[in-house]
Amino acid sequence: MDRRNFLKTTLAAGGGALVSNDVRALELRHPEEFVGILVDTTRCIGCRSCEVACAETHDMFVPDVLSDGALAQPRKTSERQYTIVNRFDTEKGEVFVKRQCMHCHQAACASACPTEAMNKTLKGPVIWDGDKCIGCRFCMVSCPFDVPKFEYNEWNPKLVKCTMCFERQAEGKKPACVEACPTDALMFGIQVDNLEIARHRIYAHPDKYVHQIYGEHEAGGTGWLYLSAVPFDQLGFRTDLGRTPYPEYTREFLYAVPAILFGVPAFLLALNALADKGEPAEHSELGFHPDEGGQQR
Amino acid sequence: MSNHTAVASETSRVFHFILEELKPRGPWLTPFNVISIPIILTGLVILYFRFRYGLGAVTNLSQGHPWGLWMGFDVVTGVALAGGAYVITFAVYVMRVDKYQSIVRATVLNGFLAYCFYGGALLFDLGRPWHAMNPYIGNNFGYASVLFLICWHFALYMVAAFVEFSPVIAEWLNLEKARRFLKNITLATVILGVTLSLLHQSGLGALFLMAEPKIHPLWWSQFTPVLFFVSSIYAGLSMIIFEGTISHKAFSHLIAPKNHHAFDDIVFGLAKGAAITMFVYYVFKALLFIHEKQWDLINTVWGYWYLVEVIGFVLIPAFMFAFGHRHRSLNIIKTAAIMALLGIVLNRLNVSIIAYGWYEAVRYYPSWQEIIVTLMVICAEIWLFRWVVNRMPVFSASH
Repeated sequence: MDRRNFLKTTLAAGGGALVSNDVRALELRHPEEFVGILVDTTRCIGCRSCEVACAETHDMFVPDVLSDGALAQPRKTSERQYTIVNRFDTEKGEVFVKRQCMHCHQAACASACPTEAMNKTLKGPVIWDGDKCIGCRFCMVSCPFDVPKFEYNEWNPKLVKCTMCFERQAEGKKPACVEACPTDALMFGIQVDNLEIARHRIYAHPDKYVHQIYGEHEAGGTGWLYLSAVPFDQLGFRTDLGRTPYPEYTREFLYAVPAILFGVPAFLLALNALADKGEPAEHSELGFHPDEGGQQR
Repeated sequence: MSNHTAVASETSRVFHFILEELKPRGPWLTPFNVISIPIILTGLVILYFRFRYGLGAVTNLSQGHPWGLWMGFDVVTGVALAGGAYVITFAVYVMRVDKYQSIVRATVLNGFLAYCFYGGALLFDLGRPWHAMNPYIGNNFGYASVLFLICWHFALYMVAAFVEFSPVIAEWLNLEKARRFLKNITLATVILGVTLSLLHQSGLGALFLMAEPKIHPLWWSQFTPVLFFVSSIYAGLSMIIFEGTISHKAFSHLIAPKNHHAFDDIVFGLAKGAAITMFVYYVFKALLFIHEKQWDLINTVWGYWYLVEVIGFVLIPAFMFAFGHRHRSLNIIKTAAIMALLGIVLNRLNVSIIAYGWYEAVRYYPSWQEIIVTLMVICAEIWLFRWVVNRMPVFSASH
């Protein structure tokens, strides 16, 4: 089935049931494409079921969503929580936004990591490997979305971030947050399919959505895509990150390395030969001329 | 077999000699000891808490400020200040400028120790230091990482600097054959060392390229690697002037009178080199500023701070170096060296800490524990430097 036919039949079947329940069937159809998640913020009711499901799945701090009042202030993900939901008062009323790692197509954190502990997997999720990590926190410095978090108060700290439930996907299951979402605000699928679904929603309801899909181009494209009724800068998103994939920033420098590593020694050897005044070799000794003396020991 | 016994007796002689040399010498109650011993002891206690309870127990690092004083000063600034070793070895061995022969040993020793201690300080800052060997071993090579490159270049440069210094050690141990061999590979290691320095000095700047959205535009540029490299040249030269001036006072009994006098002439040469590189650096900074059309950023607090750094601690010391060179004023040159060093500290801290996350409400400032550990690293380095120069022919040649 090509993509056009797939879209035709699935869109006809209705927006909510777009994605097959078996993750592995999805991957068979597009073995070469990344998976991703589409967030439609117009559907999110701020119930924070995703926060709870995430915490339970990863055996982490489970927030008390009924009474902790956490929606009062915008929060960031932390070393205790892979994902959080924030509430924003906008020109179109209150809007809830789930935030977590964006799983960039070309991840800054993965290219920053000196040991490949941060790794962009072939399926799409960016995951962390504690056996490789040296704890340098260069991933935190490099991530344009400020996602990786560090356990500062542990003697054996971990880098903490959303894994897109990489382990559950391997078992053929959807990410826990997607499964927990009661309103289909979250949709798991192949990223290119998600992009077409997102475009379709904008075209079908041009007055309901702003005509931008956050994550389509940001930082070169991300696995998570967002739809919104209001401009994204009202929802706590940085809109100044540009379209350049972040590893591109260091690519020129890294490309120059082999040229310098071999070009400069050749140049220096030539300079050294040119600077030869025809004096005895003893002059290139480290230290003084033999006749110069100094303090005798 | 006689050859075998000769080697054995030589090994035993060297072993006993080293044991003898390990004993402390000289008076204990010097002003430096009185200050540095409490700092080092306090630092060790702080490090116990750091490794027992995590970085958060002693540092002000946060999720928004993952790098603080230990990374920004010890590593990023410290390596720039150690740039003198590659500049001087380039002049003496590659360009065969004999005038600077007498400061090569002390400068290379300083560079080597700086890398050991500042590279060593990185272990305090790593969250999982027991994995520190991962970039070097196994299937963990992050080829696309600037930090991977820096890890390797630090390690290789430390080897190169050690080999550059090793004839002095051979001379100290009276190992004539080893000394001759090590002397013969000096040029090769110098060329390797200069190349590696070029790459990791600029590489430290490249660390901040991907932090483009987080660093104030006045301090972020795609040319930061070039700026870091060019400024490391005058940082190194200023450091030689600064450190050499102190050494010539503190270790004057070790230095031949002839070299005392020659040092003034060397300082004038270094000042000229520093002035030229600083003017080049300043012009590059100005061009970037104009090209990026940053005029509207100047009339802000960050703009004034930028002017303090670029005018106050680059342009003014550059003129002072030039003036001091022309009018043969050692005092002006030495003041300029201190100002240039402060300018380097300011620039590196601005890029790595102060202008990083400049828009955030909660600012990072180092905790007293971070400052003490930084001072501990500096003190420990001076201790080892003092131990070496009091025993090995660093300021003098015995052959």
